[in-house]
Amino acid sequence: MTSPSTPRPTSSSTSSSTSSSTPSSLSSRERILGRVRAALADEPTAPHPARGYLTSHTPDDPTVILDLLHENLADYRALVHRAEESELPSLVADLLAKHGAASVAVPPGLPASWLSGTTVERRHDEGATLTPYDLDATDAVITGCALAVAETGTIILDGGPGQGRRALTLVPDVHICVVRAADQIVASVPQAMPRLDPTRPLTWISGPSATSDIELDRVEGVHGPRTLHVVLITEASARGERGGTTGGA
Amino acid sequence: MSGTYLGMPAFPKAAHEAVRNDTLRANLRHATHTIRDKRAVAVAELDDWTELREAGKQIKDHTLSRLDHYLVQLEESVTAAGGTVHWAAYADEANRIVADLVKATGEGDTGKREVVKVKSMATQEIGLNEALEAEGIAAYETDLAELIVQLGEDRPSHILVPAIHRNRGEIRDIFRSEMEKWGRAAPEGLTDSPAELAEAARLHLREKFLRAKVGISGANFMVAETGTMVVVESEGNGRMCLTLPETLISVVGIEKIVPTWRDLEVFLQTLPRSSTAERMNPYTSMWTGTTDADGPEAFHLVLIDNGRTDTLADEVGRQALRCIRCSACLNVCPVYERAGGHAYGSVYPGPIGAILTPQLRGTASEIDASLPYASSLCGACYDVCPVAIDIPEVLVHLREKVAEHGGPGHRLEKAAIKAAGWVLDHPGVLAAGERVAAKTRRLHPKKLRGPGASQWTDSRDLPEMPAEPFRDWWKKNRT
Repeated sequence: MTSPSTPRPTSSSTSSSTSSSTPSSLSSRERILGRVRAALADEPTAPHPARGYLTSHTPDDPTVILDLLHENLADYRALVHRAEESELPSLVADLLAKHGAASVAVPPGLPASWLSGTTVERRHDEGATLTPYDLDATDAVITGCALAVAETGTIILDGGPGQGRRALTLVPDVHICVVRAADQIVASVPQAMPRLDPTRPLTWISGPSATSDIELDRVEGVHGPRTLHVVLITEASARGERGGTTGGA
Repeated sequence: MSGTYLGMPAFPKAAHEAVRNDTLRANLRHATHTIRDKRAVAVAELDDWTELREAGKQIKDHTLSRLDHYLVQLEESVTAAGGTVHWAAYADEANRIVADLVKATGEGDTGKREVVKVKSMATQEIGLNEALEAEGIAAYETDLAELIVQLGEDRPSHILVPAIHRNRGEIRDIFRSEMEKWGRAAPEGLTDSPAELAEAARLHLREKFLRAKVGISGANFMVAETGTMVVVESEGNGRMCLTLPETLISVVGIEKIVPTWRDLEVFLQTLPRSSTAERMNPYTSMWTGTTDADGPEAFHLVLIDNGRTDTLADEVGRQALRCIRCSACLNVCPVYERAGGHAYGSVYPGPIGAILTPQLRGTASEIDASLPYASSLCGACYDVCPVAIDIPEVLVHLREKVAEHGGPGHRLEKAAIKAAGWVLDHPGVLAAGERVAAKTRRLHPKKLRGPGASQWTDSRDLPEMPAEPFRDWWKKNRT
């Protein structure tokens, strides 16, 4: 370890972005890499990690996984609904009406049928035209998702069709997210990783925004949507005994 | 802002003052006990916790052992995805880079320059807010607890819950008197209910988010192979700062790298459970460079060393660089619970701070030299650490280094370590001593007298001796 009296460079030693480093003076990039190499001089490379952990903590049964997702979403105060595809338009209309929503943001590629049961004003975001102020004045947003993770009660958005850019699901106060149970749910985080594309912007959402910053007393709803509805689209046979609506406050 | 750590007294003096503050101790005790119990429940849900912890440790150790390789790979990945990478050897340099980047955006050409910030340990470590203020740039903290700290001209006292030392009444008073000086005033008749206080913060900060041109963040993880940055959070203020501005600047320590995309599956299971005791935190944002028509048009990554390569050079101490800033070690630490975060004189309080700060900053100052002693070596921090940092081992190692440097206070320490070593090497002596102590326990005083010893018992009672030594009890009951 270097002594605390290591001389610091003068303030004239400026940054080097990757594009502007000059070979004549030692850039901070070279200095840092040089110090790392010196620190590790005689160190062997530590082995690659042993991955002795589980790929999943849940039985490989779609019904169990669906129920677990439902339970964990509700546990973190998402409002969870189950519906068949044909029931979706009326459910969405009911939810928007319940919140008194006058406007709803619509991401590009959202199936038109999802909003076919309501006359609420649609604000389309083709070309990302809605400003932050437009979104702030929009009551709700409805999207699909890329994936849901049962063990953690998480929905993941990747900006694909029917999901929109990240601001869309952030600024309006109510978010309705539709999950297709048949092919969009995995049991665990390790199962989710290979199905996600890291080149896309990803947002993992586990319940509505929350804080515990005041005496560790949990409060739902700070800056993100204060209400999160998750609609699980099931086939008639997979609907089971847990049909209908459950969830937290 | 007056929230500075410069000229802080050494740990014993600062802690001495803190333990006399009844409100502080009550707030801390309530908070740390609440969260440590919840954490235990969240961890118990995963029956492969031991394996996840081991994998997390090994991923970090492997990364550190090839850190130069992964840094270069990360730089290539981020650049290929449309980002720009900057390197800063020291805090001053990082602050200079960020200030220049903010100015280059043209932000505030017609008025006040301002940026919105995601809670970030790295930017606190380098004193970015103060440096920006000196350049005429207002940096708004947007995490609720950081907002409380900033409005109160206070210092953070916990890694995860920086305002853990404030109760709801104090927070209401700060919001009522200070919010209007920074922007939208607190609502009329604001009470101390956490829901109302959170709503006041939502209203106060929303106007800042909507007009923000520059966002500044740290990152929990950086993936070398993909160039992906990860920020985990709860409130959505992070998403606001990462998504709405035109320019995003992330300031991240060089040790935050993981090699592969897959490696995230370990930390996304262990970090939320260790940190907020949740299966998953409400929001996790992942971005790779820039994306057309989604989020900032410009992304800058500022990689900072600021003492990390010194830490890396220490074979025992380098394990501190595995830290993922979960703060589980703070919540179980008997010293932290009583002394509070401010006594550590650094943005990194608690057990991890006691080993990280003296390595990042060196031990030239009185406060930094005293930090390795801010522990009873009980080991609870090691037990809960999700990347298995053996904090007691590093503490003892750093004590040896401080003692080697000499100084009046440390000759005593050297002698004490030597004596303890002799006793522990001679089990017969230790056993005899324990039995004598047990037999005479009724005679033991509650307080100790004399220099050194009285300092310890001024603010606490001595523990009662058990009726018989553990080794005798073990022999009787277990053999």
